[in-house]
Amino acid sequence: MPIVSTKGLTAVSGVLDNKKAMYLLRRTLFGVSRSDITAFVGKNISDAVDELLIASPAPNPPVNHYNNTKPDANVAYGQTWVNAPFDLNLQGDRMFSFKSWLVGVMLTQNHSITEKMGLFFQNLLPVESDAVNDPRMLYRNYQMIRRNCLGNFKTLIKENTIDIAMLQYLNGDKNNKNAPDENYARELQELFTLGKGPNSKYTEDDVKQAAKALTGYQVDKNTLTYFFNSARHDTSNKTFSSFYNNTTITGKTGAQGEQELQELIDMIFQQQEVAKHFCRKLYKFFVYYEIDATIEANVITPLSQVFISNNWEIKPVLKALFMSEHFWDTENYGAHIKSPLDFMLGYMKEMEIALPSATSYESYYKVLFEPAKYAALIRQEVYNPPSVSGWEAYYQLPLYHENWINTDTITRRNQISAYLLFGYNVSGFRLQADVIEFTKKFTTPSDPNLLIDEALAFLHTIPATAPLKASLKTILLFNQTQDYYWTDAWNAYINDPTNASKKNTVSGLLSAFYKYIFDMAEYQLY
Amino acid sequence: MKRREFIKNSGKVIALGSILPGFSISALAAHNSMSDMLAASANLNDNVLVMIQLNGGNDGLNTLIPLDQYSKLSLFRQNILIPESKLLKLNGKDATCLHPSMTGVQSLYNEGKVNFIQGVGYPNQNFSHFRSTDIWLSGSDADKVVPTGWMGRYLNYEFPNFPEGFPNNDMPDPLGIQIGAFVSPVFQGPIFPMAISISNDKDFYDIVNGTDTTVPNNAIGKELAYIREVKGQAQNFNQVIKTAAGKVTTQYTYPTGNKLADQLKIVAKLIKGGLKTKVYMVDLGGFDNHAGQVDTSDVTKGTHATLLKTLSDAIQAFQKDLEFLGIDDRVVGMTMSEFGRRIASNASLGTDHGSALPMMVFGKNVNSGILGANPNIPSASNPNDNLAMQYDFRSVYASILRDWFCVDTSSLQTILLNNYQQLPILKSGNCTSSIHEINQQAGLKWIDAFPNPFVDKLTIEYTTKGGHTMIQLFDTEGKLIETFVNESKLPGTYTYTYYPPYILKGVYYCRFQNESIQQVVTLISER
Repeated sequence: MPIVSTKGLTAVSGVLDNKKAMYLLRRTLFGVSRSDITAFVGKNISDAVDELLIASPAPNPPVNHYNNTKPDANVAYGQTWVNAPFDLNLQGDRMFSFKSWLVGVMLTQNHSITEKMGLFFQNLLPVESDAVNDPRMLYRNYQMIRRNCLGNFKTLIKENTIDIAMLQYLNGDKNNKNAPDENYARELQELFTLGKGPNSKYTEDDVKQAAKALTGYQVDKNTLTYFFNSARHDTSNKTFSSFYNNTTITGKTGAQGEQELQELIDMIFQQQEVAKHFCRKLYKFFVYYEIDATIEANVITPLSQVFISNNWEIKPVLKALFMSEHFWDTENYGAHIKSPLDFMLGYMKEMEIALPSATSYESYYKVLFEPAKYAALIRQEVYNPPSVSGWEAYYQLPLYHENWINTDTITRRNQISAYLLFGYNVSGFRLQADVIEFTKKFTTPSDPNLLIDEALAFLHTIPATAPLKASLKTILLFNQTQDYYWTDAWNAYINDPTNASKKNTVSGLLSAFYKYIFDMAEYQLY
Repeated sequence: MKRREFIKNSGKVIALGSILPGFSISALAAHNSMSDMLAASANLNDNVLVMIQLNGGNDGLNTLIPLDQYSKLSLFRQNILIPESKLLKLNGKDATCLHPSMTGVQSLYNEGKVNFIQGVGYPNQNFSHFRSTDIWLSGSDADKVVPTGWMGRYLNYEFPNFPEGFPNNDMPDPLGIQIGAFVSPVFQGPIFPMAISISNDKDFYDIVNGTDTTVPNNAIGKELAYIREVKGQAQNFNQVIKTAAGKVTTQYTYPTGNKLADQLKIVAKLIKGGLKTKVYMVDLGGFDNHAGQVDTSDVTKGTHATLLKTLSDAIQAFQKDLEFLGIDDRVVGMTMSEFGRRIASNASLGTDHGSALPMMVFGKNVNSGILGANPNIPSASNPNDNLAMQYDFRSVYASILRDWFCVDTSSLQTILLNNYQQLPILKSGNCTSSIHEINQQAGLKWIDAFPNPFVDKLTIEYTTKGGHTMIQLFDTEGKLIETFVNESKLPGTYTYTYYPPYILKGVYYCRFQNESIQQVVTLISER
């Protein structure tokens, strides 16, 4: 089996060149524009990583964009619905708003890893919108994730346990002393912290004991907060297996029962496996999905030590990973299959597709729903992974990321890039890549060889082959042999930009040119 | 499970269910055997058109030479003019000859399989390659920019909902195929290209031969190979192309080292292999011979001679192959180029951008001969003089659409954006029947059923054009479970509510039929 690198965590030094900047930014953001790259080229790698690890400020909440078609008695057009009373009639519209908003936040992010970590945790600690279909709760869940995603993992797990969406999703709110519900207690260990690795040896009884410790939490649907109902809490002692050193959590009565959550988490986080499981997840998400014994020894184990010695702070782990020789091994460049969101948002970022003004709420949200819809079509709907295990591509053996690509999704990926290349109207707004403006930003667009080199260097991570360049050249030259056919066409347009026919010639050739680049397997990798 | 099998199986997953509010994906069951069984078959005529684009602007005056104008030609293009004695004769034509390297076309003509149309062009000739190519491909007037291609508009007329609902049982194959790196604008429909491109280089042979393109031996190579393999299996027709190509193992011998012959050989293979594709486009570049069109020592040699030999040899071999494969009855070919060259040659043994030029249509079913007169060369010519247009190129298109694809007169006007003169290029009798309706209805939503998956209640919404309407539920083995509707209806949209019995669980097909239209939706019962 090919692996991406045998190198370890030794930190690299030096500055970002064009290729390195693209690699780092594509792995940590949802796609890059050329101005993003320019902003990072020449930076010291360490400074660049530090900058990416600064948390983004909280975005403004999602708003009522739907009033023109479905008036909301409680929320004015352009005002947020996240604190409004539940309204069954508007639930679908608000869900639409939430998903458009979330995709908009991802798409318009600054140079911070925050939203990518947001997706990482949407996958690690998932909530399905199909199951928890109150967008107000989902919004609060994402706030909780954003608040903690570059903070402390232990704190995050604690907050996640009593998050109202999670309480509802994994039946934490139904877990009481008379009818313990083991759902969350099981996933807490099996998926969220310890995982299913060979050194994760908690027992079935540990699941039962943990479930008892977690009894009594409920959701107040009016205030949208959790509360602890001590009357439903199991006050007996909870004794765990030898895996947990036979720890006993002493049963507590009244409000003190809530302390058992912290004790349970403290006990679980005694296990080094928690750090390893997290680091494996992180590695698969950011680097590559195959972890063999060499990577386990050279990357996962030392990374998990960084995690533990930094008391479960997430940032130092990310810093160590993104500074490592392993991460920067060129064997990595282009080995990662784009997730649907990487593909979709990356495409829009790269092609600098214009959006309506954010205050034209209706059209802004409807336009942003398009990438949300397309990502869903190719199997990654925001806030709706297929199960509590997250998206298959992040865990399912043996294909892992290859799960993103099948005969249906690859066809659709190609169609989607064509839709946006040829363009269409959404709510009165033209959603379309402007191939001419895009091309103008290359060094010398009139030189077909340079244009091919620069476009491929930007849009494909894997170095282009000579036959590929030759094929692309036949497109630009309209199947002629001399370079001046393209040069003349381009210059003719530049010198007479309002001439529809000259513009049509250039945009037609460029659309075919970029379509060819997007349709290649290479475009699916970064 | 072997990796390859796993990939194959993973592609067959039927995705169902709602994914976002107000949005749902439909069953991806286009190639499902059951829906194939349920689908009615249509019989669109199986004629095929092969377009050969000669990029750069072909020098018509040195291709089809007007012997009666020879003395005048010698005044203006002496340095490139082929000696009279070297010209090739055409049976029954004393005044029109072929370039000496076109022996292949000469013999096809003499066998009655070639129709030349003299002086084809358009009013207000544009001398830019790009613009004039645009005009030829879009079929627009010289002063109008039309964003669609004429063939794209024809295919859109024939298959108006493409790509929704395609491929389907009636049209399981690409509507059009471009051999080359990208789809020619000639195929551009109102929104989508109506054709696909297959590269004539290694990529294509990889598809046909099932060989893998070399990839590096690391993770990058692994993922690249994986995605390429899935792409190869994807329903963007690679599989049907591969299957069709695989059926043809013996062909007539084509000349080697001939770029056009390589492409036409693939076309013949695919037609014989059973593709229902209506139109193919191939091209041959390099006709823009401003200099060195002929050799200094021998005007019968040089760039243009080589190109014409390539063209002529390839067409002859292609026609022979069509006959060898027994499909010559179904195929006609046509050459086109954005413009001809000037009457006068220049000092660098070449010719500059001109206007009208001859077109060639070939095949068993053409009316053999030459339409139009030899061009009239003025006795005094200045360097900018061009040949007069005799026929509008869109008249050629119109004639092919009418007499080969059986398009009716009023639709012709819609497709070609105007009413054009009809020319007797093709033999009559190619159009005995024409069934457009079924293809035109594919992709429309006639029936919808929700929720899907369903449990205890299923609402079926359907639209009938009126007349006999039938809706039936089948299981995956084709067993009839229920007949919901079976009566004559007035046109309109109706709903039918079904409360399934407890035995129902699994995948079902609900088939709608209204006169000649049929449509199948895939349902999942979770009862």
